[in-house]
Parts: sequence; C-alpha cells; structure tokens
Amino acid sequence: MNRSVYLYILVMAGVTYLIRMLPLTLIRKEIKNTYVKSFLYYVPYVTLSVMIFPAILTATASMASGAAALVTAAVLAYRGKSLFHVSTAACVAVFLLEGLMDFFQLF
Amino acid sequence: MNPKIQQFRFGLKHGAPIGLGYLAVSFTFGIMAKQAGIHTLAAVIMSLTNLTSAGQFAALGVIQHGAPFAEMAAVQFIINLRYCLMSCSLSQKMDPKMPFFHRFLISYGVTDEVFGVSACRKGYLSPYYAYGLICVAVPGWTLGTLLGAISGDLLPARLLSALSVALYGMFLAIVIPPARGSRVLAGVVAASMAASFLFSMIPGLKGVSSGFKVIILTVAIAGAAAFLFPVKEEQEGGQAQ
Repeated sequence: MNRSVYLYILVMAGVTYLIRMLPLTLIRKEIKNTYVKSFLYYVPYVTLSVMIFPAILTATASMASGAAALVTAAVLAYRGKSLFHVSTAACVAVFLLEGLMDFFQLF
Repeated sequence: MNPKIQQFRFGLKHGAPIGLGYLAVSFTFGIMAKQAGIHTLAAVIMSLTNLTSAGQFAALGVIQHGAPFAEMAAVQFIINLRYCLMSCSLSQKMDPKMPFFHRFLISYGVTDEVFGVSACRKGYLSPYYAYGLICVAVPGWTLGTLLGAISGDLLPARLLSALSVALYGMFLAIVIPPARGSRVLAGVVAASMAASFLFSMIPGLKGVSSGFKVIILTVAIAGAAAFLFPVKEEQEGGQAQ
C-alpha cells in the first residue's frame, strides 16, 4: 500500500489543482453580463454563510461553547473589529466557557 | 514602502487567523491519517500538495479501502467542485495588466478561507496579498498535520477545541461588516444560514456531503439574489487599496 499512497496523493492533488486553476486562467476577460456579475458578487457571502452555520455549533467540545463563539464573533464583527481580533476572541470565548463548564461539572 | 511588500504584509496579517485555524483542523487530520495507517511523511505531503480539508478527510477512506484511482479522482472532483465557483469569482478580481503566471500560483492557494478574505477585498486583488495569505495558511496546514501525526496528544483537548472556531470567527468577520451596510447582503447572509441549517435537519438532505451542500446552496441563493437584486456598477467598482 505504501507506494500507491503517493500515487493517490498525486491523483487528488492533480484533480484539485485543475479545479482551482482552470477557471482562473480560462476566464481572462471581465464579464459584462449583469446577471453573471451579480451572481459572482454574491458567491462568497453565500458560501461563507453556509459554511458558518450550523457547523460552528458542532465544531467545539460542546454546543454551548460553539454558540458562545458565534455570539462573540458576531457582536465584534458587527462593531467592525479586525479579522484577527474577532477570530481570537471567539477562541478565547470557547476556552473560557469550557473551562468554566469543566469547573462546575455541568456537562 | 514598496506596494508589493505592503500588500504581502497585509496578506500575512489577515492570514494569521487562517493559519491558526488550519493548525487546529489539520492537527485532527494528522491524527486521523495516522490512524488510517498513512505514513507521517505521506500525510504531510498530502497536506502540502492538496491544501483542502474536506477532500483530504474523504481521501483517507478511499486510500484505506484501496479503491481505484478513478474513484479518488471522482471523490475529489465532487467535494472540491466548489473551488471552481470560487475561482470563477476570483477571475473577476484579477487586474488584466497583471502578469499571467500569477494566476497559476494563486490557483494553488484557493481554499475556502483564502478565497473568502481575497474576494471581499475592494478593487483588484494584488497577487502579493494572496501570497501573503498563502504563506501563513500553508505552514499552518502542513505543520498541524505533522504535529497531529507525530503526537496526537501534544496539544490539550481544550486548546484544540478553542482553536477550531478560529476559522468561523474569521468568516463572520468577513461576512458581517458589509452586511451591516446593505439590507440585501444581510438578507442573503441570513437566508444562506437558514437554508444551511434546514439542510442539516431535513432527513433526505442530511446525507449530502458538505462540498455538495455548498455548491447547491450557493448556486440557488446567489442565483436568486442576482435575479432579484442585480448589482449596480458603482457598488462594485472600488479602487485597489
């Protein structure tokens, strides 16, 4: 199996790179069509939102700490804090809440 | 300061949460790769060459079963097809005057997170900004895999649990500020989250892989939003920072 593992890796890396590279190199011109432009403008917002929720609730050891991360990050992001600030605050919220929960043996 | 270096530095700075989040996620990947009987070096090379979470986790099962290479190709194609949408979107952020080879290099680093941060920049995307992001993301992803594979209990479980929300925190920081200034975007974000939640609850749809779910919902919701609320020219055409 050991030798073929690298062949598997080659296959997957090749497929994945082509998926990423082809649109970026084949679409060279600015798209003029308003519908297509609008569609592509909305893509990142939809994609990221779909990936955030509900996955954030199950990413941590408990749903409560996932929810705490969601609320913390949402409030700070709404106030316009930087990516790094929002992101670390979410981590700290999880770390503290899970510590508290361990302490009180709630879960 | 040289604008290229400045863009690169911005990229490094904005990429820091990506690197942290990747470290936690790939740590888990390293542990699982080891459990699947994959050599540490192979796991690290896989992370370095693929740079994709869902695809790599799925690959472990394929390799373990000794499935045909065609099956591996098909699995990766389906799970990672969302990158195709992202690259289409990014192609519109490229300065037509930018040397063409940059596109081949940027392509390597189109992950959910790098795309999210890049796509929401104002104006054209500087390749050096993208390289800055990639230069933090790739070491995070690769190093995490190595650490996970070498020693599953190097990091305490609580720290791992905390780090695993770094990526989501970053996503929220990307999505929420523009949604604050636009009712349409706020609606799009809310609708996307609600639809994603329904997808994970409804019995028939629950089994759909996460990659497919992203594709289906992105095409449906972005498609509907583009039809209902076409974007006017001036809304988009920001100047490069």
